[in-house]
Amino acid sequence: MSTSVAAPPAKSASPLRTPRKKHTPGKPKRSLLLTGLMALMVLYTVAPLIWLVINSTKTQAGLGSSNGLWFAHDFALWDNIRTTFTYHDGIFVRWLLNTLLYVVLGAGGATLLAVLGGYALAKFDFPGKRGIFAVVIGAVAVPGTALAVPTFLMFSKMGLTDTPWAVIIPSLVSPFGLYLMWVFAAEAIPTELLEAARMDGANEVRTFFQVALPLLAPGIVTVLLFTTVATWNNYFLPLIMLKDPNWYPLTLGLSAWNSQAETIGGDVIFNLVITGSLITIIPLIAAFLFLQKYWQSGLAAGSVKE
Amino acid sequence: MTTLQPPAAAEPRPAPPPAKRDRRSWTGWGFIGPFVAVFALVFLAPIAYSIYLSLFRDQLIGGNHFVGLDNYSQALKDDQFWQAVARVGLFLAIQVPIMLGIALLVALALDSGRLYGKSFFRITIFLPYAVPAVVATLMWGFMYGTKYGLVGDINEAFGTSLPDLLSPDWVLASIGNIVTWEFVGYNMLIFYSALRVIPTSLYEAAEIDGAGQWRIISSIKLPAIRGAIVIATIFSIIGSFQLFNEPNILRPLARNAITTDYTPNFYTYSLSFNGQQHNYSATVAIIMGVITMIVAYAVQLRGMRKGA
Repeated sequence: MSTSVAAPPAKSASPLRTPRKKHTPGKPKRSLLLTGLMALMVLYTVAPLIWLVINSTKTQAGLGSSNGLWFAHDFALWDNIRTTFTYHDGIFVRWLLNTLLYVVLGAGGATLLAVLGGYALAKFDFPGKRGIFAVVIGAVAVPGTALAVPTFLMFSKMGLTDTPWAVIIPSLVSPFGLYLMWVFAAEAIPTELLEAARMDGANEVRTFFQVALPLLAPGIVTVLLFTTVATWNNYFLPLIMLKDPNWYPLTLGLSAWNSQAETIGGDVIFNLVITGSLITIIPLIAAFLFLQKYWQSGLAAGSVKE
Repeated sequence: MTTLQPPAAAEPRPAPPPAKRDRRSWTGWGFIGPFVAVFALVFLAPIAYSIYLSLFRDQLIGGNHFVGLDNYSQALKDDQFWQAVARVGLFLAIQVPIMLGIALLVALALDSGRLYGKSFFRITIFLPYAVPAVVATLMWGFMYGTKYGLVGDINEAFGTSLPDLLSPDWVLASIGNIVTWEFVGYNMLIFYSALRVIPTSLYEAAEIDGAGQWRIISSIKLPAIRGAIVIATIFSIIGSFQLFNEPNILRPLARNAITTDYTPNFYTYSLSFNGQQHNYSATVAIIMGVITMIVAYAVQLRGMRKGA
């Protein structure tokens, strides 16, 4: 950490040097001005979300005739939710279940692979180790969308397109997750502990599950949350891989409902698009709020090595 | 990510050589093997296949045959492609500095300890990251509308005539706003996490020397998180060059403003899925990938050299 602070630190026992738990030198005064500016930022952040909540209470007719920032006369939220779930034989439920399937297998699998790989990079020395990481980091720079077309063609030859596997398999690789787990494992698992376990006769699998895994928990939560977001929000991959609406995830379904208004004779269901959007974002926002402590500590560990 | 080696776990033990030799084995492969296998399938194989495809051309007569670098020379002369590149270049030049600038200011404000309700701000500003691009674009798309949307409401209420944000003149800026909204919080969190690990003693020393807040920011905080800033810039550049989701979802609302060759990715997508020109599409994707890597690499070199 390079600094260009002019003079060497004074080592006087000045009254300033009281122990502090956080690095807020001199306990700075809280600033109303700064807080006000941040409040503006929060307003920008939540305005669309508030808009979404307000407008999910309106009927299709109400959407057009009322002010976007206030409720219409008729409160149709429950009706909208019911219609969202039942419209078109309940296709939205199917999309929700698909999304859950992709998240459980895709994000779960990606996390598992990242944890195993990160542990290997942090705690083992094996042939090809440097090469692996160089290639993985290089691959992060390759635009995912540039890979999409050849991946589609490959999968199409293998007969995987238009099946859930086409979405799940590419979701299994998270280079960011691998990196995070590597840094985290290097820090969280003392090598001595592993050697002690081996000395006691535990094999590698057992050492991993009984010694390493519990220590990795905050890192795992972090990676799991980020791969879940990536899978839950994925749009481009399912867009190219799936034709059959029965396999759509929520994102693709919502955008299909949205463009339905464009087709001639198509049912205009913006009220369902809006309510469906609200239903789509609630689980993730809830997960982030509830698991805040875990993922933030996991991320902080990742940033130490910048 | 700048230093690819994590610190060797501290173990200056009496007998390191045998332990070390012991661990240099294939055991690690048992753990990383699954990742590498899937990685090869979904990253390396498509890249190789894409290069292979780019050397061929499908013709009505004679079918698929080898054309060498013909597709590449066609792409280099393709105005549609370069217009799309110029568009994302403009987008990148304006949107990325604004987004990262705001993210940095927010992170510094959070780190300053001068805010009331700090953790509320931190989590709220981060939340849009959990919102899918589809939903973010739908929300903003509705709000942009002059007829039904918020812009229309404002015009009606105040008698103003705000421009149509979905018109050809404005739509790129409108997309920029959506992308900024989605990722300010994410970048803020990267900067903030980096700021939190700066040793407190540095601030104390600086304060004793009479350094003010601005001096501490410019001389300690910014240099210390330079790595994080470079990483965030590189990811933002990659993201801008890949721009696809937002324009694609906004397209039903702004059909005359967003064409099917609006961004390079949109162009490769249209070539492949609407035009069945898989070979040419692969070529364009490769060129775009190379441009992305060159720009990202240049930024990394510059970022690491500056003031070092």
